[in-house]
Amino acid sequence: MRAKTLVFSVAGAAVVIGVVALGVVGWMVLQPGPYGFAGGDPVALADYKGASPTGLPVELASADPATTREYIARMGDCEACHTAKGGQPFAGGRPFVLPFGTIYTPNITPDPETGIGTWTDAQFLDAVHRGIAPDGSRYYPAFPYPSYTLMTDEDVLAIKAHLFALKPVRQENKPNTFAFPFNQRWLMAIWATLFNPDERFRPVPEQSPEWNRGAYLVEATGHCGECHTPRNLMQALDQRRKFGGGVAEGWSAYNISADKVSGVGDWSAEQLAAYLAAGHAKGRGAASGPMGEAVELSLSHLTPSDIAAIVTYLRSVPPVAGDLPALAGAAPATPVLASLDNPVGQRVFQGNCASCHDWTGAGAVRSEAQLTGVRGVNDPSGTNVALMVLHGSGPTWPGHPYMPGFGHAYSNAEVAAVANYVTARFGAAPSGLTAADIARLREME
Amino acid sequence: MTDLTINGSRRSVDVPDETPLLWVLRDVLGMTGTKFGCGIAQCGACTVHLDGVAVRSCQLAVGDVGTQAITTIEGVGATPEGAKVQKAWLDLEVIQCGYCQPGQIMSAAALLAANPAPNDAAIDAAMAGNLCRCGTYVRIREGIKHAARS
Amino acid sequence: MLRDLEDNHGPALSRRALLRGGAAVLGGLMIGIELPVRRARADEPASTGAPLNAFVHVPPEGRVELIMPSVEMGQGAYTSQAMCLAEELDIGLDQIIAIHAPPDQPKYGNPLFVVQATGGSTTTMAWTEPLRKAGATARAMLVAAAAAEWGVDPATLTTEKGMVSDPGSGRTLAYGALADRAATVPPAAEVTLKDPAQFRLIGTPAHRIDTPDKAVGKTVYGIDVIRPGMKFAALMASPVIGGTVARVDDAPALAQPGVRQVVVLDDLVAVVADNTWAAQQGLAALVVDWTAGPHAGLDQAQLWADIEKASQGPGVVAQKEGEALAALNGGTLFEASYELPFLAHTPMEPLNCTVHVHDGQCEIWVGTQVPGFCQMGAAKALGIDPSKVSVNNHIIGGGFGRRLEADYAKIAARIAAKVDGPVKVTWSREEDIKQDILRPLYHDRLKARVENGKVTAWHHRVTGASILARWLPPAFKNGIDGDAVDGAVDSPYGFDSVLVEYIRHESPVPVGFWRGVGPNSSVFSAESFLDLIAKQTGVDPVDFRRGMLDKTPRALAVLNAAAAKARWGTPAPASPSGARVGRGVALMHAFGSFLACVADVAIADSGDVRVTRVVIAADVGRVINPDIVVAQIQGGATFGITTVLHDAITIEGGSIQQSNFHDYRLIRIDEMPAIEVEIIGSTEKPGGIGEPGTVIVQPAVANAIFAATGVQLTRMPVDPARIAKAV
Ligand code: FES
Ligand code: FES
Repeated sequence: MRAKTLVFSVAGAAVVIGVVALGVVGWMVLQPGPYGFAGGDPVALADYKGASPTGLPVELASADPATTREYIARMGDCEACHTAKGGQPFAGGRPFVLPFGTIYTPNITPDPETGIGTWTDAQFLDAVHRGIAPDGSRYYPAFPYPSYTLMTDEDVLAIKAHLFALKPVRQENKPNTFAFPFNQRWLMAIWATLFNPDERFRPVPEQSPEWNRGAYLVEATGHCGECHTPRNLMQALDQRRKFGGGVAEGWSAYNISADKVSGVGDWSAEQLAAYLAAGHAKGRGAASGPMGEAVELSLSHLTPSDIAAIVTYLRSVPPVAGDLPALAGAAPATPVLASLDNPVGQRVFQGNCASCHDWTGAGAVRSEAQLTGVRGVNDPSGTNVALMVLHGSGPTWPGHPYMPGFGHAYSNAEVAAVANYVTARFGAAPSGLTAADIARLREME
Repeated sequence: MTDLTINGSRRSVDVPDETPLLWVLRDVLGMTGTKFGCGIAQCGACTVHLDGVAVRSCQLAVGDVGTQAITTIEGVGATPEGAKVQKAWLDLEVIQCGYCQPGQIMSAAALLAANPAPNDAAIDAAMAGNLCRCGTYVRIREGIKHAARS
Repeated sequence: MLRDLEDNHGPALSRRALLRGGAAVLGGLMIGIELPVRRARADEPASTGAPLNAFVHVPPEGRVELIMPSVEMGQGAYTSQAMCLAEELDIGLDQIIAIHAPPDQPKYGNPLFVVQATGGSTTTMAWTEPLRKAGATARAMLVAAAAAEWGVDPATLTTEKGMVSDPGSGRTLAYGALADRAATVPPAAEVTLKDPAQFRLIGTPAHRIDTPDKAVGKTVYGIDVIRPGMKFAALMASPVIGGTVARVDDAPALAQPGVRQVVVLDDLVAVVADNTWAAQQGLAALVVDWTAGPHAGLDQAQLWADIEKASQGPGVVAQKEGEALAALNGGTLFEASYELPFLAHTPMEPLNCTVHVHDGQCEIWVGTQVPGFCQMGAAKALGIDPSKVSVNNHIIGGGFGRRLEADYAKIAARIAAKVDGPVKVTWSREEDIKQDILRPLYHDRLKARVENGKVTAWHHRVTGASILARWLPPAFKNGIDGDAVDGAVDSPYGFDSVLVEYIRHESPVPVGFWRGVGPNSSVFSAESFLDLIAKQTGVDPVDFRRGMLDKTPRALAVLNAAAAKARWGTPAPASPSGARVGRGVALMHAFGSFLACVADVAIADSGDVRVTRVVIAADVGRVINPDIVVAQIQGGATFGITTVLHDAITIEGGSIQQSNFHDYRLIRIDEMPAIEVEIIGSTEKPGGIGEPGTVIVQPAVANAIFAATGVQLTRMPVDPARIAKAV
């Protein structure tokens, strides 16, 4: 009897848990689509009357095939992830440190043995739309196929054509380091069934052609949500909190919804456009980390009409409140007053930072170097500031903001101290990073 | 054409706006007192004054100068602080190879103009952006105090 | 990366061998190469006066021209050399013009190297006597000319401030007026030098002659040269050591405003433009594919492992006294190893060179420690006779050994050969570091036997690349690099038996001289090891050293002076920079000088080390200019603090990983301790002083860290994480 009760209780509990779990999963699965917020009645591309939101922008309507293919590959920003630091473009090998292990991107140059040189069009489409490798195994959604699935076959195959025109690079793929159960790739098939709609982009006739183009660029090719939208327990994008902020390789990918406090709701269209196209908007800081790469390798190559379309779309995304404080205003100029009881932070700042950023944080000579009013500086976690100090912002490319990284020569304690100094002096609230935090951030690279 | 006021004289140069002032001074105008050391605002060798404030000319696009007055090592001796610093530097024999010293002197002169009697913390704050591989720091500190007293 | 490692530069002897061998050896080895003298200078004074000898030229009017055999790179050489000449010549330092010596080895070859080179802290050691003689000889010629003019006995005449006077008649004549006649007087074979008691300049803190122009931005360094019609070039060499250019797309570079030309050589590319910025932008736009070459697999962990392995192999005996190995078979034994990383020079003036190749001639404007090597190197690179190459030397914005190499003059000449008109090639800081010829890796392995509180047997084994074998092959004798073991041999301590061995271990990484040279590793290792022994045997590090110095009173004197000044025996003062404080000592004899240093450190919980005070006592023999000596010790110590706290060059994938001051860190003013220097008066032969400060401060700081934490610095530089873990 007792045993029976126990069995029933266990079974009952299991049922309850099962129901709850189903409910939770259902809640996660049955969420709006990436641009469901816009309402309207999306139609199949073929049924859409306006100019096609897919393919090329107006400026390139009569471009030659090579330009066309390259442009579409730029839209998809394949290069950033498929290139290791200092490695050959598209040859893969870039590590992504995830909570369950490290994954390395594969070689997508046309090398027949180590790359994708033998792939058929169908295999390529399966990979990009459905996350299925030629051998039938499944990709982890670190590869953003749930976004790419929205791309048209033509555009996906244009990317393939671009890749196949590259010089083949012989470089073996590195195995990932996932432990059980995350090394069970077949689980990804279930995941994909639940979270990848495997459906092409459907324009919304009620919205402007520009908006639709923007939606395609943001949701399908640009896959912005992969970093900027928070993920749910099942690691799928939580479209109910769309663009409310996420994480990318340890960097905070901030809220880019229309929220005025945490998001970009009070950015002007010009500021958004400048940030996307040039990696910097006056008073808003510079794109760095993964966003800097997105600008360098993808966004800065887009035509003005495409940038404008992205801006139009972004500004339509409803506000998602965040927990970041409002941006702080100007900072006092006197360095001695600013010691903030953080002598190490001040020392690093005065030696290495003040020349560009100025004691006021307003930028000594270049507006890109402004610290005040920048989201990362106003993030009390200090994460992005610390990552900036560690790695700097990308390579120098003419006319773009550049900052050297200090991680090689400065200790964890020094990096933590200067990040805390910067957030305390120029941001809304001081960060409390420790040397151990910096040691962890270093491992993200 | 960009018009500049350098050490009180007007100069016109024909270069792209984004050219750093450092290279305009050195290569276009032949004013080689201002030095190139790193090109990334880490050494201070290129320091000049813009309306009396020390800035790194390797970072300063010539198109952003506008009407602000540029002072270089060749002209800073005409300012009271510049003259004091240069004299202190010779009195105390601060200089070794001298390559960093135009930048050191420009930073020190700007410091004294803003703060006539700097303490050690103020000297550190103003001078920490200027590297010296010869290791003249001990004397730079003394030199600034000497100049402040004179 | 472009390297000329196969190069060597003619016959000569090592500094140490020469120091030991003395002048008799020198005479026989002065196999100079006859080189032409041309003096065309950009903005630099050219000699016009009547030459009384190689160093003293006297024009009819104005100041006396002194030709400077050692170049000025911040170390005060112009002033100290001028003081030697002016002392004997009886002129004031305000009555001279300093002129760079042209390449002319017979005239200006360093008596200690034979070749014409400024380095190894040798200027004062090498040149004091020759320059005093030159001054005295010239004075005698001027006096003889005046005596002939007036028909009196030269012995009755006096000289002062550039005038010859006849006290009997009150007549005077300026040197300038006598110059032409004096030039015809045969120089005396023997001259009497002044009695030091009569010195007016030598030994005084006279103001430097090079600094007034430097304070106002007037000094023309190599990088400041401007020639009519000159273009500006930026360059990039293969990032991988030994790599070559595979393919270049120059169209994007040529599309940049101001870009004139792209020069592609087998191992580097250069962009020539209207100004350096335009050239740098062109270079950034240039698309270059490199072939990595055979060294693409080089990496630092392997390089460390290789040298460690090599250090276990057989060595060549550099010094042997008694039977150290036998003694090391029993008793109380100690053993330790120390490793020193590759280091870059990073002089504040990045590498640069201006060259005009035309009509079978090559004109070079450069700041170099080795004008003759530049001449020969460019001639070889261009396949022309050295007589067709002129070198105009300049004041140097920091050498530290980097400008003892002529690679940059050769590179510039190869680029200039493709350019119409003069071209100034300026290395970006990134290229300056990536193309550096680094301070070698060193591995020092030490063993000792201790009896009754004294080291009775000492075995020091130095493993590292030989710079001399490449740079000055005749100086590399019997498998021994005298520089690499300098500071390990001839220790100031009276150990009963000593064995010093050298193991030459080369890697593909190009290496060269670096401020402090060999003693950096030898002294660091020996002094660290002594502290290890002192600690493990429970004796005070200063007392331990004192007990072994009976035979070297000069060493004992500096040790006592430094200990007293630093109040050795009292605790290091508390510091806001860290709760753990410590005080360390070190002693050295190298470069002909004796130095002792006491350093205080404070260490934070994070393991970050702050040096809070440095005290150095030095006996450098007879001092020419005490203020310059103090400045050199202060500067050298600052250089050494950077070294011990911050710097290492590391190699991954065959490439140098560091690129600029954000990742190759130099100490800044706000990390600087007070540096107190005490000079011990001495009438001994002058020693060198450009480098000892760098050498001595490193073990003193390491020993202070050891005292504070119990952690020995066995691989430079300080690793805060390692210290944090240990404390
Ligand atoms: S050259 Fe401008 S700061 Fe170094
Ligand atoms: S004096 Fe030489 S770098 Fe400062």
